[in-house]
Amino acid sequence: MTLTVAQMTLAIMPELLMIVLAGVLIVISIINRDKCKQVLGCITAGGMILAIVSAFLFAMPKAEPILMWGGMLRLDSVTFVFRLIFLFGAAVTAIFSCTEETIRCRPEFYMMLVFSTLGMSLMAASCDLIMLFLAIETASIPLYVMAGIKVKEEKSVEAGLKYFLFGGMSSAIMVYGFSLIYGFSGTTQLFDIAQGVIAQQVPLAGVVVAVVLVLAGFAFKISAAPFHFWAPDVYEGAPTSVTGFLSTASKAAGFAALIRVLMILFDANSAEVWQALIAALAVASMFTGNLVAIPQKNIKRLLAYSSIAQAGYILVGLTSHSTLGVSGAIYYLMAYLVTNLALFAIVGWIGRKTGSDSLAAYAGLSKRSPGLALAMLIGLLSLGGIPPFGGFFAKLLVFGAAVESGWAWLAIVGVINSVIGLYYYLRVLKIMYVDEPAENTPLKVKEPLWLIGLILCLVLVTVMGVVLAPWFGISNWAAIGF
Amino acid sequence: MTFPFLSVLILLPLFAGVVLLLLPAGKRGLIRSIALGVSLVTFVISVYLFAAYDKVAAGYQFVEQMQWLPALGISYHLGVDGFSLPLELLAGIVVLCGVMVSWKVEDRAREFFAFIMFLASSVFGVFASLDLFVLFFFFELAVFPKYLMIVMWGSPKTKEYGGMKLTLYLFLGSVVALVGVLAIYFSSGLHTFDLLALEQAGFGLAVQKLWFPFIFIGFGVLGGLFPFHSWAPDGHVAAPTAVSMLLAGVEMKVGAFAALRAGLMLLPDGMQFWAPAVLILATINVVYGAFIAMIQTDFKYVIGFSSVSHMGLVFIGFATLTPEGLTGAGLQMFSHGIMTALFFSVVGMVYDRAHTRNLAELGGLAKHMPLAMIGFVVGGLVSMGMPGFSGFVAEIPIYLGAWKTMPLVAIISAISIVVTAAYILLVVRRVFFGETPEPIRAGMSDISIMDKIVVVGLSLLMILIGLIPSLLVPMIQGGVSHILSLVGGA
Amino acid sequence: MNFLSIPILAWLVLIPVLGGLLLLLIPGKKVELIRWSALGISLLPLFLTVLLWLNYQPKAEAHFQFEMIIPWFEVIHSSIHFGLDGISLTMVLLTALLTPLSILTSFNIKENVKAFMALFLFLETGILGVFVSLDLLIFFLFWEIGLVPMYFLINLWGGDKRNYASLKFILFTMGGSLGLLLAIQLLGVLMGTFDLVEILKSWPFLQEGTIFKIPYEIVKAIAFWAFVIAFAIKVPVWPFHTWLPDAHTEAPTGGSMILAGVLLKLGAYGFLRLVLPLFPVESAKYAGWLAALAVAAIVFGALSAASQTDFKRLVAYSSINHMGFVILAVAAAAWAGGNTDPAVRQSSVIAVNGAVLQMFNHGLSAAGMFFLVGVLYDRAHTRMLDKFGGLFAIVPNYGAILIFLSMASLGLPGLNGFVSEFMIVRGVWPIYMALTAVSMIGLLFTGVYVLKAIKLVLQGPFNETWAGRISEINVRELVVIVPLMILILSIGIWPSWILTIINQTVMRWF
Repeated sequence: MTLTVAQMTLAIMPELLMIVLAGVLIVISIINRDKCKQVLGCITAGGMILAIVSAFLFAMPKAEPILMWGGMLRLDSVTFVFRLIFLFGAAVTAIFSCTEETIRCRPEFYMMLVFSTLGMSLMAASCDLIMLFLAIETASIPLYVMAGIKVKEEKSVEAGLKYFLFGGMSSAIMVYGFSLIYGFSGTTQLFDIAQGVIAQQVPLAGVVVAVVLVLAGFAFKISAAPFHFWAPDVYEGAPTSVTGFLSTASKAAGFAALIRVLMILFDANSAEVWQALIAALAVASMFTGNLVAIPQKNIKRLLAYSSIAQAGYILVGLTSHSTLGVSGAIYYLMAYLVTNLALFAIVGWIGRKTGSDSLAAYAGLSKRSPGLALAMLIGLLSLGGIPPFGGFFAKLLVFGAAVESGWAWLAIVGVINSVIGLYYYLRVLKIMYVDEPAENTPLKVKEPLWLIGLILCLVLVTVMGVVLAPWFGISNWAAIGF
Repeated sequence: MTFPFLSVLILLPLFAGVVLLLLPAGKRGLIRSIALGVSLVTFVISVYLFAAYDKVAAGYQFVEQMQWLPALGISYHLGVDGFSLPLELLAGIVVLCGVMVSWKVEDRAREFFAFIMFLASSVFGVFASLDLFVLFFFFELAVFPKYLMIVMWGSPKTKEYGGMKLTLYLFLGSVVALVGVLAIYFSSGLHTFDLLALEQAGFGLAVQKLWFPFIFIGFGVLGGLFPFHSWAPDGHVAAPTAVSMLLAGVEMKVGAFAALRAGLMLLPDGMQFWAPAVLILATINVVYGAFIAMIQTDFKYVIGFSSVSHMGLVFIGFATLTPEGLTGAGLQMFSHGIMTALFFSVVGMVYDRAHTRNLAELGGLAKHMPLAMIGFVVGGLVSMGMPGFSGFVAEIPIYLGAWKTMPLVAIISAISIVVTAAYILLVVRRVFFGETPEPIRAGMSDISIMDKIVVVGLSLLMILIGLIPSLLVPMIQGGVSHILSLVGGA
Repeated sequence: MNFLSIPILAWLVLIPVLGGLLLLLIPGKKVELIRWSALGISLLPLFLTVLLWLNYQPKAEAHFQFEMIIPWFEVIHSSIHFGLDGISLTMVLLTALLTPLSILTSFNIKENVKAFMALFLFLETGILGVFVSLDLLIFFLFWEIGLVPMYFLINLWGGDKRNYASLKFILFTMGGSLGLLLAIQLLGVLMGTFDLVEILKSWPFLQEGTIFKIPYEIVKAIAFWAFVIAFAIKVPVWPFHTWLPDAHTEAPTGGSMILAGVLLKLGAYGFLRLVLPLFPVESAKYAGWLAALAVAAIVFGALSAASQTDFKRLVAYSSINHMGFVILAVAAAAWAGGNTDPAVRQSSVIAVNGAVLQMFNHGLSAAGMFFLVGVLYDRAHTRMLDKFGGLFAIVPNYGAILIFLSMASLGLPGLNGFVSEFMIVRGVWPIYMALTAVSMIGLLFTGVYVLKAIKLVLQGPFNETWAGRISEINVRELVVIVPLMILILSIGIWPSWILTIINQTVMRWF
């Protein structure tokens, strides 16, 4: 079944809308620069929501996955679900950005956000090496800019530059891998390459070598150890709303592309060649992230390491190379999206009110603002995998998948890491609930929009931990789509 | 459809906890009244369930089932049998008592009572769950209230260490058990977490042998199984009174119960294979716990270690796999729960007045708080297995079971009886008799009405069960015969 | 529920404990009310016992009378099985009699009267329960439960070293009963029931085969010694006796009376009720050891008593001496159990009759002696024998009573001690001739210490410090001691009123 051009255009309607949105933002930036307040953020969020609506209206995947635009993109459940993840993440990020004085009046920031989201969306959809690379770069380059957007702050600039250098290098390695694959197979279309591998026209070993190189690129995107070095510095230096976006949507995009490549190129028979590799990445990430997080004194760095560890858990799900594992990974990404967005929103807010991102600033938060402390508690417990929050079920799924496919030892490593993780999450809780605050002035949230975004995220965190069936349905649907 | 008592029992405290957190912190009176009201309701429900359970029919009753995640075979499946219902009652009693002895809490009362409610929901949930996922869900739900309650209201010196140690130990145990549970979930091929279905799954011997230790010991950590018991004394001591009561009184039973439900009942052959090992570990529990308790200088540590010792008997009862042993274990869980709740409540009352728990600095409190002394003595008699009290009727069947399987276990663990008598009597004497040292005399006053109700109620209950074990036994026996049918049938 | 339908033995056991609980409801300030109520309550079991005594049919078919069985703990096949035979009836009578007297004695307790009286009544329940129980587990239940009130009686109202003494008391006895508990459990597991009557039908005859891969013979020997040690500690048999002088000395007078009068009998009762019937073969095998220990108790008890300077310790050691005779008789009966010679059987029946009577007699005289020591101590606040002297001059009535009791203890013909000790010696003589001869040394020294006490307290030069400070025995005290004296005299003169009841049971039992 092939689609007409009109149908194919409709199928990428959300992406087109994003381009329009970017255009609108440019126009606004020309007309009206200084009196923006929260308008820009609202427009961006509104545009994203419109894109979500259009995705439902026009870009619903058909019963059978369809390749379109000359095999560049694939219209399937994966594309659809990840697109929603990215759009939601971007919308919430836009809302949270409204309260950051330094960036809320900068249309170029929102434009970058939109472009990056566009790139991510294409990453999830692309089935062709060239398209994939383009999409990755489209997603990444705006992020470099966003990380360094606070040009007056040394840390922010440093973060942007660091991110850019690391990103550039890993892109280079990845592109080298792509070129190798092309060299072995003579095509850039993933499904064609896979056909070649199955028919043994393409040497599996060659593909494996190439995939190792490609993995380096993806591991950078998802901040898996040992390609994680950029993450703590960038997370710390970047504006907090950008950090939130980086750690969630950007990571999800990396996973989307990674899963796509692995699932298409390798069937169950040849999966074992990369399973060990992914497992090693998972173990390294979990241990590095969790152990290094323990001594951290800065909440953003702590969350950065925690995010490295979370990447490890998700990789555990991938290792199993099963539908359950992939759907577990997607469930995890969804739960993680809302959890970390909420956490970074609070971290950013506190950072602006107290002028500090150090853990000490959180001392006695439960007295200064019981509500925010409770919100942090929900977020941290979700990360720690405690019911009734989304992280619990997500962890259950990825570990379950590992056990199901005979990787029980990996699950055990995973659960041991959960314990280590819980240790430092609880430490933060202790600081908030037990330690005496340096000053006793109550902290009051006065930004309704921000509050709505936060509450939305927290409600979703809880709902994902309690009402399991719809979310699992979605992630499972996406997992089957690969 | 019948009224969903179990759901109300579980969800009402959860809901109440959320509501409490939303109330303004200033309304302390309202907050604690709500907490008391809710715990009264749960208490009444648990008593009602206990009374309404059909002992003749036995089996799982008050069953509720609702699809939760059909794709993975998860359902919200609740029900109680003769083994779990007494534990629900225990939880109902201890939660109520916990709220009552905490009546005077002033520091952030809102959070305190809310967290107690969460904890209550968790324990009610575990005892009632007939689905492994549900069991886990409620099991883990207790993690953060436990931790926060210890670090927020615990004893200043050790609360951070004790709280963290407890939480991590228990979390580690539960996630190790989780791996085991996932393993048997997949190896059953049934794609269901439903306990009733898994009971009949008939796992292969290799699977049972391999995964039994994961599940049993994983949950056993919460039950205080040696050598993973060391969280218990530290945790109990660090916790505020109500939490110590709930932790030692109910949560340790949650661990043992989960080990039984998911370990013994699902993998009976694994249990048989590992029974000698469990018996040995549990015997160490019993004897070691008693000896260590004897040399403690902190009032609360004595009780903390005594819990370790007594929970060992529960595991011995499990591992005997005899009707006597299991019935005894069921009784012991109930009896120990009540006893230890009483102990910790008295310890709390003493500490509130003396501001020390060092045995050397206490003395003569019987004059100031006679009822607390009587309560403690009754608890002590239960603890030393004195005939006529609930401890005896619980321990005797366990010993009988041990005689049938490994006589040496019965003989060795009997040593603990004398040791227990020694340390209990020493503590009673040092704390309650003799002269009251000058530094603590000023703070002395009699215990409040609420405290009195708790002490008298719990004491009478233990005597009642000691004299008339048939209040509980037929019910527990129903549960035990079901368990043994699984063991025999496999 | 119809309360009258509750069997009389249940009432007997329940009344003291219920009464004790009732006492707790009386406000602590009304001391007089509490005292008199306690006395009143303790008279009820005495009344019931007298009824039982009158209705007991010594020659009836059933071995146990007034039997009742109520299911208690069905999983482990234990039920509340009560019943009385001649031996236990005698002991119940002793208990029911001494309790009111001890309570009356304890009217001088000033501190915390309510708790004291309540504990005393709880204690009575524990003791009565042991004597009427025919189920091993229930037996053990009451056996242990009696320890607790006794512990507190010593610990809270005792002398200077009460902490040490009370802890030693309870740990010794609990340590001893540990083996008992384990052995009872073993029996329960093997036989599938704890009912003594049921167990007796088959257990003693199990000899062949193995259990736990160990031959029955060895298992039984171990269980036998577990029982023996538990009871030996309680009696106490030398060398397990060291708790006793401490406990006695530190206990308040009322407590000492019950302790010496009744609690020690629990051990001997255990031998007669459980050890001999359950382990006839082992008993016969090890009887010699037991007899040797008994003689050691007699001799060393007497020697130690003779060397005491504390009046109460003297009386305490005398208990060891007197109880030694009981055990000697038990040992003889044990040996005779494996013998078919009618003459030997005859001797052993006489010995056991003597033993039971000795238990009863010692209960009366020891309680009386402790009481008299208490009377003296109340006034002088010392018990050192060398501090007294010539008191006969100022307290002649007291002196007369003390001499009367001492003579009973010494075994003067015409008083009760003579009858029972004579029976024992008569019964044991053909069986353990040499040992009996040695025990006569003990008897000799009994005379020495009794006379020494009398001399140091009543005779000799009058110690002037006591002039005007030691007053004559008062009416309340007379009410306590006179019934004891009447009984002592009546048994001494006409022992058959009690022996008929004992003898029928002994004949059947052994």
